[in-house]
Amino acid sequence: MTQYEWLQTILFLVLLLAAVKPLGAFMAKVFQGERTMLSPVLAPCENLLFRVCGVKRDEEMDWKRYAAAVLLFNLALFVSLFAILMLQHLLPLNPQKFPAFTWQLALNTAISFVTNTNWQAYSGESAASYFTQMVGLAVHNFVSAATGIAVAIAVIRGFARRRTSMLGNFWVDMTRCTLYVLLPITLVSALVLVSQGVTQNFSNYKTVPLVQPITYDKPTADAKGNPVTARVTVKEVTIPMGPVASQEAIKELGTNGGGFFNANSAHPYENPTPLSHMVEIFLILLIPFALTSTFGVMVGNTRQGWAILGVMVLIMAISFAVLQGAETGGNPLVAKLGVHGVNMEGKEVRFGLAGTNLFSVATTGTSCGAVATMHDSLTPLGGMIPLGLILLGEIAPGGVGSGLYTMLAFAVIAVFVAGLMIGRTPEFLGKKIEVCEMWMSIITVLAAGVVVLILSGIAMITPKAVASMANPGSHGLSEVLYAFASMANNNGSAFAGLSANVNFYNILGSLAMLVGRFVPAVAVLAMAGSLAEKKYVPPSLGTLPTDKVPFALWLTLVILIVGALTFFPALSLGPIVEHLTMLGGK
Amino acid sequence: MNDIKPALLMAVVFTIICGGIYPAVVTGIAQAVFPKEATGSFVTDRSGREIGSALIGQPFSDPKYFWSRPSATTDFGYNPMGSGGSNAGPTNPDYLKKVADRVKAFKDAGVSGEIPTDLIQASASGLDPHISPEAANVQIPRVARARGMKADELKRLVSAHAEDRQFGILGNPRVNVLMLNLALDRLVP
Repeated sequence: MTQYEWLQTILFLVLLLAAVKPLGAFMAKVFQGERTMLSPVLAPCENLLFRVCGVKRDEEMDWKRYAAAVLLFNLALFVSLFAILMLQHLLPLNPQKFPAFTWQLALNTAISFVTNTNWQAYSGESAASYFTQMVGLAVHNFVSAATGIAVAIAVIRGFARRRTSMLGNFWVDMTRCTLYVLLPITLVSALVLVSQGVTQNFSNYKTVPLVQPITYDKPTADAKGNPVTARVTVKEVTIPMGPVASQEAIKELGTNGGGFFNANSAHPYENPTPLSHMVEIFLILLIPFALTSTFGVMVGNTRQGWAILGVMVLIMAISFAVLQGAETGGNPLVAKLGVHGVNMEGKEVRFGLAGTNLFSVATTGTSCGAVATMHDSLTPLGGMIPLGLILLGEIAPGGVGSGLYTMLAFAVIAVFVAGLMIGRTPEFLGKKIEVCEMWMSIITVLAAGVVVLILSGIAMITPKAVASMANPGSHGLSEVLYAFASMANNNGSAFAGLSANVNFYNILGSLAMLVGRFVPAVAVLAMAGSLAEKKYVPPSLGTLPTDKVPFALWLTLVILIVGALTFFPALSLGPIVEHLTMLGGK
Repeated sequence: MNDIKPALLMAVVFTIICGGIYPAVVTGIAQAVFPKEATGSFVTDRSGREIGSALIGQPFSDPKYFWSRPSATTDFGYNPMGSGGSNAGPTNPDYLKKVADRVKAFKDAGVSGEIPTDLIQASASGLDPHISPEAANVQIPRVARARGMKADELKRLVSAHAEDRQFGILGNPRVNVLMLNLALDRLVP
C-alpha cells in the first residue's frame, strides 16, 4: 500500500470508530423510548402515525407475537412490491416505457428486497421505472433495514430483561428506527452524494453525440432466421437519469445494496468521486458498528459491546489485508503478456486499489452487497475473501441488525464450548445458556450454510444451471457457490458473470433468501424469549468473563472454525484450485 | 391477530413517507443547491448543446485521440444503457486472448514502453471516464504523431487535465479522457 492508501484507510477507521459511541448511545435512547434531540420534530409525527395505524405504543409483545408481526409486515410489503413490479407498465414515472417484470423475475426481486438481500437478476437502467425504483425498491431498503434492526433490539432486550416474556413492540421499534435513525442520516448523506455528482432528477434519459462515432457488429438474423452480424454505426448514446442519490443513501445505510444501475456502486452516477466512495463505505458500516455500542448500553455492560466490535474489526482487518495483497500482486497470466501491475479488471480508476478493496470487504462483511468492483474478476484468492466473509454468516460486522444477532448467536456457542472445555457453567451476561438457547443459536448460525451447500450441489447436477456459468472450470463453481451464498445470507452481490435471470436461480434463489432471512430471525427471537424469562445470575468465580480480550479471540476462533468446517471442501474446489491453476500458468 | 391492521397500514404509510416524501424532499433541495450535479454533470458546447457528461466516459479508437479503458457494456463499448464489467475470471482463456489482442493493438499503434494495466483491463462500470496519468502519458507519442503536435505541448495539456487525489488523500490521481479529448479538439480542430 502507498502512504496515501495507509492514510486514507486509517483516517476512515478513526472517523468510523469515533461515530460508534455517539450513534450507539443515540439508538439506545431511541429504542428505550427516551426523548432525543429530534423528538420536538418527530414525536408528533410518531404519535400521529401510531394513531392512524392503530398501534398501542405501550403494549408489549412476547417473542411469538413479535415474530408474527415481523412476518405479517414483511408479507404485506412483499405483496405490494410484487404488484408494483407486475404492473410497472401501467404505473406513472416510467418515461422509458419499460414493460412489466415476468412473474419469476418479479417474485425473485420482491423477495430479494423484502429480505434485505437486493440480489438483482435485472439491470436497473434498462428494466426498472423511476416509480419502481423509488416507491417499490427504495421503500423496501428502509423497512427491511428497520425490520432487521428491530429484531436485533428485541434480542438485546432478551439479554437485558429478567423474568418477563415481553420483548418490546415491533411496530414501535420499526417506526422509531425509520423516523429517528434511518431517515435523518439518509437525508443528509443523499445531499452529500448529490454534491459529488450522484444524480437526483426525474428527467427522461438524455441523448448525447459521441465525439468519435464508432461501429460494431450487431448480432441479428437474416431473412431465413440464421444468426448473422450487421455493421452498425453509433453516433449518439442514451444516458440514463433518475432519482439516484435518495436511493443510494439508504442502499448503503440499510446494508441493502441494490443498485439503481446494473454496475451498482461502480457506476459514475452512483459513485462519482473518491469522497462519495468513502462516504458510501462509511454508511455501510455505520449502523452495524454502532449497534454493538447500543447493545453494550442496553445490557448495561459497554465493555461487552466493545469486545464484540473488536472481533468484527479483527476479522475485517485480516480480510482486507489478504484481499489487498492478492490484488496488488495482479494476475500472473496477464503479466505473461508483458503488462505488469495491479489487477484492474473490473475496477474503476478513481477509487484507487485500497479504496476499492475496502468497499469489497465492507459490502460482504455486512449483508450489503453493493459493489464498486466486479467480484467475479478478482484474483482467485482475492475473490475468496468476499465469498468467505459472506459464508461466515456476515458477522464482521454483518447487516443492520442481522449482523449483531448472528454474532450474538456465535457468542452463545462460544460461551457454551468454552464452558464445556474448562468445566464452567455456560453463562453469558448473567443468563444461563441451556438447551433452548443452544438449539436456536445453532439454527441461526447454520441455516444459511446448509441451504448454500445443498442448492449449490443441486446446481452442479442440473445442466441448465451449469449453462448459466460465464467462466469455465473451477471459476464457474465459484460463481454458483457465490450466488447461493449471497442469496442465502441476504447479501445480494454476485460473481455477476452468472446469467441468473433463469427460472432455476430465480426460484431456488427466492427460497434461499427466504430461509436465510426469516429462519434465523425467528430463531433468535425464540432465543430472546427464553433468555428474557431467566433470572439474572451474578458473576462468580466460576464465571467466564466474556468482555475481555481472551474471549474476543476465542469468539473469533470459533467463528473461523465453524466457517472452515462447513465450507472448506467447497472452497477447495473453487477458488483454491483456480489459484493453483493460475500459478501453474494454465 | 391484532397485528394485521397495523401491518397493512404501516406498509402504506411507510411507502408514502420513504417512497414519496423523502425522495421529493431530496430532489427539491438537490435541484436548488446542486442543479448541475443533480442533473448529470453535463458539459455543453458554445451553443449550449449538451455534448456529454463529465462523469460518463466515451469510446475512442482513432490514433489522434487518447483512448479510454476497455469497456464490456452490452452491445458496444461505453454504452450507458448497459453498464457493467466483463465479469471474466482471471484464468478464463477467452478473456486472456482479449487482453492479448488489446496489448497487440497498443503495440501496433506504436505505443512503446510499459502499458499500465488499466488500459488493457476493462472497468467495472464499463463507463469509467478516467485513465491513470501513466496511461495518458504512454499514449502521448502516438497522439502527437497523429496530430502533428509537439510531445511537450501534449504533456502540458495532459497535466492540466490530471486530477489529484481528492483533498490530497482520497482515491487515485486520474485523467478524464473525454474532457482531455474535447480540449484537444478545441486546440487542434
